[in-house]
Amino acid sequence: MPVELPTVELHRATLPNGLRVLIAPDPATPVVAVAVHVDVGFRSEPEGRTGFAHLFEHLMFQGSESLEKLAHFRHVQGSGGIFNGSTHQDYTDYFEVLPAAALERALFLEADRLRAPKLTEENLRNQVDVVKEEIRLNVLNRPYGGFPWILLPPVLYDTFPNAHNGYGDFSELEQATLDDAAAFFDTYYAPGNAQITVAGYLDVDETMKLVEKHFGDIPARPTPVRPSFFEPVPGKERRQSVTDAHAPLPALAIGYRLPDPGADLDSYLGHALLASVLGDGEAARLQRRLVHGDGLVTDVSSGAGLMGSLDARDPDTFTITAVHPGSVEPDRVVAAVDEELDKLAAAGPSAEELARQVARWSAALYQETDREVYRMLGLGARELLYGRAELAVELPHRLAAVTPEQVAAAAATLRSSGRGVLLVEPKGEGA
Amino acid sequence: MTATVPTHRSAEEIGRTEAGPRPLPALGATREVPLPDVVDHVLPNGLRVLAARRASVPMVEMRLRVPYATQAPEHTAIAEVLSSTLLAGTSTKDRVAIDDELAAVGADLGVSVDPERLVVTGSGLASGLTTVLDVLADVLTAPTFADDEVARERARLIERLAVALAQPRTIAREALQRKRFGDHPITREMPRPDDVTLVTAEQVRALHADATVPRGAILTLVGDIDPDAAIAEVERALAGWAGAHAAYELAPPPPITPSDLELVHRPGSVQSQLRLSAPALTRHDDGYSALQLANLVFGGYFSSRWMENVREDKGYTYGAHSGTEIVPGGAVLGVDTDVASDVTAAALLETRYELARMVAVPPTAAELESARAYAIGSLAISLDSQGGLAGTLAGLAADGLDIDWVRERPAQLSAVTVDEVAEAALRFFTPTAFTGVVVGDADVIGPRVRALGGIS
Repeated sequence: MPVELPTVELHRATLPNGLRVLIAPDPATPVVAVAVHVDVGFRSEPEGRTGFAHLFEHLMFQGSESLEKLAHFRHVQGSGGIFNGSTHQDYTDYFEVLPAAALERALFLEADRLRAPKLTEENLRNQVDVVKEEIRLNVLNRPYGGFPWILLPPVLYDTFPNAHNGYGDFSELEQATLDDAAAFFDTYYAPGNAQITVAGYLDVDETMKLVEKHFGDIPARPTPVRPSFFEPVPGKERRQSVTDAHAPLPALAIGYRLPDPGADLDSYLGHALLASVLGDGEAARLQRRLVHGDGLVTDVSSGAGLMGSLDARDPDTFTITAVHPGSVEPDRVVAAVDEELDKLAAAGPSAEELARQVARWSAALYQETDREVYRMLGLGARELLYGRAELAVELPHRLAAVTPEQVAAAAATLRSSGRGVLLVEPKGEGA
Repeated sequence: MTATVPTHRSAEEIGRTEAGPRPLPALGATREVPLPDVVDHVLPNGLRVLAARRASVPMVEMRLRVPYATQAPEHTAIAEVLSSTLLAGTSTKDRVAIDDELAAVGADLGVSVDPERLVVTGSGLASGLTTVLDVLADVLTAPTFADDEVARERARLIERLAVALAQPRTIAREALQRKRFGDHPITREMPRPDDVTLVTAEQVRALHADATVPRGAILTLVGDIDPDAAIAEVERALAGWAGAHAAYELAPPPPITPSDLELVHRPGSVQSQLRLSAPALTRHDDGYSALQLANLVFGGYFSSRWMENVREDKGYTYGAHSGTEIVPGGAVLGVDTDVASDVTAAALLETRYELARMVAVPPTAAELESARAYAIGSLAISLDSQGGLAGTLAGLAADGLDIDWVRERPAQLSAVTVDEVAEAALRFFTPTAFTGVVVGDADVIGPRVRALGGIS
């Protein structure tokens, strides 16, 4: 069932200092959502400073020329809003959602830290401690921490930008200096390397004037040359095992390379729908075969993109992950996955099977659009990464146009290329 | 990457401009979007249906809540297997056919169960509402719980429980529930794997026939729908759902008794979970708004005293949060944080200090104004989607409240005075009112934590 998203009204501008502006009004909402996307992610952090891009994201909340420490949080929340930030492979975002009355205040808060963040030794040490707690919470103190986003890349990739741990090594986080932070800011947080996105209840002309008022006098600085992170697709399978002290059951992740979404979007979307046909819902191929048919795994999932679909430039990762009982040899799981891929490569999904996945995907896009924060972040990230915020709107059409043959071709590509296989082994005897 | 390292400014130079600090802009005009009216209708079979139109996207959100209180100790395991197999087949469709039918209209259904209720959550294209309701009716009135499906899900559930029971947050939650509610059924949130092993398909079918009943259940629909037409659709689809009695409501747990914290040993843990709890007020009580605001000031949002202390000043934690949780017949206050093992005693000390400070140095007018703006603004944000509105309406209805309660929140919150918040702080944040648990590696954290007192 082909479905359409309502057309989105987009207004673009570039300030003289290079800052890109994207405005997407929505007359139906009482809120406004604002984000600054900076074109630097953890792939760009220097060797010896793993985790620095994310640590730096924390530092950007620690005050700026007009705002003492804690003031940013207090002004957002004291205006009735919520905030957050996140660090991805290729970008870092800073965002807030507030009652529409707080639009200018939000722009002021974002501009102040993009112009003149207050980077201090005390705040750096404090946030190193906070980030270490974040890593203990999400990785070190729980089963399957960092699975697969931290553990799989070093199996599939060879180069530091693609392979290293974006959360960071504790000893490297501890070695981070204030001068590292100053260099990182001056290099990557130039206005020409950033984009402001504003969505929600707003007047376009008024908003554009407010953006100019608050961001316009940030001096231009050289914009860093964006590096290519390309590396050759591995020619064969690589395999690594890790031990997880907290995991009660073994797990495995299979990583493949995705087509470059910037160069060949249709091929990328063929892979994205292959992931859905394999893993999304009770009727999906791997659910039927591995979970219910052969009873090999407890849970299985698959997805295009290490941190989400259309969330990174090339290279990015197609993943299949499974948790399985200790009595099942991982090779049996991998062999069954291969057989299912072979079947899809030979015969493709049925047209109805594919249409059902497109309908589910479109419905999920509607749900994303319905929350102003996700709508805004989706538009902003796709504009920054691919220069096409419209992708969010066009996606249902583009997906509906993907043919069973394209999905079959995606399956064949996975079968004929190298891959990374990560095995997670419990520390104990095994279940 | 590029090898060139440009000469850069120092941190101090970066933080200063010629123009100097700038003033914070004032807030603009407030924008109000009225909440939709909710049509509220009880079907002849006793099912209550709420429907509201919110046409922001062509979708519909669905929430079905059936009170599902424990009837016997083995109930927890049987109910969990039931929730895993409710969508696994009916007299006319198998698991795959059910999922295919839903997917064709972009829909998903999910089932979960806890000691209080069985919940079916769904969403789909609004044009597919009839399909979603027909599938819902089918799984409610004609599920088969086939022997092989029950056997497979039972095995999976045991594997999944092993994973869940290894999560520190699950371990801490179970320890806290036992500590504050003893052996009341509300504590049985997760079955033991050994109990799951014993569950038979026959038991699952018997539980479904007895407990999955319409009277007392509430179905909420929000989306691009005509509410009256949607209710008529529900009435058509679910007319055949019947039950001999009302759904089972969970009895209130015993009131919380203040006590020493319990130290729970988790060998090898690199963090500790602090989970403190005390009595609180329900949304029906006078003084609820004052408590909500006092809680925000203490630990209910990022700009709270406790968060600013233990995260932004001390760096002990990634997050610290306090909030009220509704339980049958009442409400409880929860104070939760996860901290590194070596600062567990220090974090507990600061937590007690901030609780005591709420009593000794009550929230100021400025703290109240910030909390008030956040409470009103974040409520509007949370209701600004079909899913957010559906979840809120479903929760309110289960608590005997309706959308008017939400409509009145801004005025209710605006009326609260500094004195009322001080009174709530005194009544609810006294450190000696709490009980709770500390979960961590006792060999590492034990000596210092015990030396603080009030922990055993």
